[in-house]
Amino acid sequence: MLRPYIPILFLGILGAALAVVSVLGGGFIGPKRYNRAKLDAYECGIEPTEQAVSAARFPVKFYLTAMLFIVFDIEIIFLYPWAVAFGRLGLFGLVEMVAFLATVFVAYAYVWRRGGLDWN
Amino acid sequence: MTPTDIPAPSIAYGPLWPMIAVFLAAAIGVLVEAFVPARRRRPVHLVVALAGLTGGLVAVALVARNHHHPTLIAERAVAVDGPTLFIQGTLLLLGIAAVLLLGERSLDSTGGTFVAAAAVVPGSRGERQLTASSTMQTEVFPLAMFALGGMLLFPASNNLLLMFVALEILSLPLYLLAGLARRRRLLSQEAAVKYFLLGAFSSAFFLYGIAMLYGYAGSVDLGAIFTATGTVGSNDTLLYLGIALLSVGLLFKIGAAPFQNWTPDVYQGSPTPVTALMASGTKVAAFGALLRVFYVAFGPVRWDWRPLMWGVAILTMGVGAVLAITQTDVKRMLAYSSIAHAGFILTGVVALNRSGLSGSLFYLLAYGFSTLGAFAIVTLVRDADGEATHLSQWRGLGRRSPALAGIFALFLLAFAGIPLTSGFTSKFAVFSAAISSGATGLVVVGLIASAVAAFFYVRVIVLMFFEAPAPDGPTIAVPSVLTYGAIALAFAVTVVLGVIPGPLFTLADKAALFVR
Repeated sequence: MLRPYIPILFLGILGAALAVVSVLGGGFIGPKRYNRAKLDAYECGIEPTEQAVSAARFPVKFYLTAMLFIVFDIEIIFLYPWAVAFGRLGLFGLVEMVAFLATVFVAYAYVWRRGGLDWN
Repeated sequence: MTPTDIPAPSIAYGPLWPMIAVFLAAAIGVLVEAFVPARRRRPVHLVVALAGLTGGLVAVALVARNHHHPTLIAERAVAVDGPTLFIQGTLLLLGIAAVLLLGERSLDSTGGTFVAAAAVVPGSRGERQLTASSTMQTEVFPLAMFALGGMLLFPASNNLLLMFVALEILSLPLYLLAGLARRRRLLSQEAAVKYFLLGAFSSAFFLYGIAMLYGYAGSVDLGAIFTATGTVGSNDTLLYLGIALLSVGLLFKIGAAPFQNWTPDVYQGSPTPVTALMASGTKVAAFGALLRVFYVAFGPVRWDWRPLMWGVAILTMGVGAVLAITQTDVKRMLAYSSIAHAGFILTGVVALNRSGLSGSLFYLLAYGFSTLGAFAIVTLVRDADGEATHLSQWRGLGRRSPALAGIFALFLLAFAGIPLTSGFTSKFAVFSAAISSGATGLVVVGLIASAVAAFFYVRVIVLMFFEAPAPDGPTIAVPSVLTYGAIALAFAVTVVLGVIPGPLFTLADKAALFVR
């Protein structure tokens, strides 16, 4: 009963062999002549800045900003479809959305009062 | 169907009020954090949290009175039936006791068992200053309320995706709470990180299981999965994979072997009131969800998963009972004891009949209160470095404080299953249910494990009452009425359920019917 799967097995082995041979072969037989252009980021990449390598730390404050961004991002994700379908969802949609916005603003009030929005 | 055809869902809000009350109290707690001055936050939090939990309890009673017929509400996502209401009532009562413990601050000479500021480096000078400060991180209360809200939703969900959301709502606050102990900060943070990483793994397993079951049944609704198991010709591999992966997630939360490794470390490192909440609440909620998934969705394929659950139950009882013997720390010993008890409750799950379900429900309530009371007493035995949890420090405790040691001994006897305590009646309930379903072998293993477990419970009692106290032993702190209230509640439940278990048995039996 497993006979139909044998070609798939062979295909898998073939694929794995091709990957291994091409990766290893490139390393063994390829010429290694490096110059500045070759070591740069390829085509669309931007130059890596020094900071990411030498000073690998960045202020933890960005973490708070990122979290706040996610809160509002998710809020918007729900608000747009709701606005489009407002007529059909009616009172139910309104109640649910007000409850949702209220919980988001509870979190926002907490961040605001506890100094999460101060940048110093 | 085009997107515009999707009708607005209808939700009957009435039966959701137990959960709404708790979540509302949690949200108000966050606002209290934001707007009430730091000095007055703790009492305000206590009032808000207790009001929310009491309101939830009243709501459960009202729903139970008005909804005689079990129903599925919110587009079949939430089940309002006997087990849901029973477990929610249990959780709310346990929640009240746990919140009382969280609010205790007269224990540590300074200001409670919680750290003053969580984001302080362990071992630094700032940390030493904070240990002596009289403030605490009052976010504990809203976090605990969110966790409790998730626990209420977890066993009520009839939809695997909602169940996953509830799992995360209950887990994420607990990961944080585990790291907030005032003393032994490093141990506490280690507990938090371990719990978080392993919990995230188990959540991923749970989610993968949901994906498999969706592939099998084309729905995440438990009723639809039940229907799909009855049809011939579907892809059973997906079903079995789904059951296995889902079980990993659930068994992790209840602390069953072989997914029990996190339990001792996390129970030991967490602040003891939080441990009390985890050991009682999380276990009750996770067992509720486990029972619902296996009884509602996987009932027809029981012959495929029952042997596996047998194995898990035997392993869990064995690992818990045997490893508890070697423990030298009270909290770790109680952690292993909770693993063993997870195994005992699993025998009720394996029974897979009505008496198995009612026995498990009864066991969960009884065990929840005993373990909460035991951890509450652990918070009282202290020396200069905080809680004295090493067993050698408990030597002769019965001579110094006979009443307290006596109550602790009662909880231990309840764990051991001695008659006239709730432990006996609950063990009797699950074991007799297992026998009636033909799982006699499992019950024999359960009895042997109980005998092994009784050994180390009795050893602690002997240690407390029949050995001379150490000269520089710990003192018994005098708590406020809050801890006394929690201990009294746990004590009362343990004794009453041992002496007159009848009324609750009747209630559990009446509740033991899942809606599908």
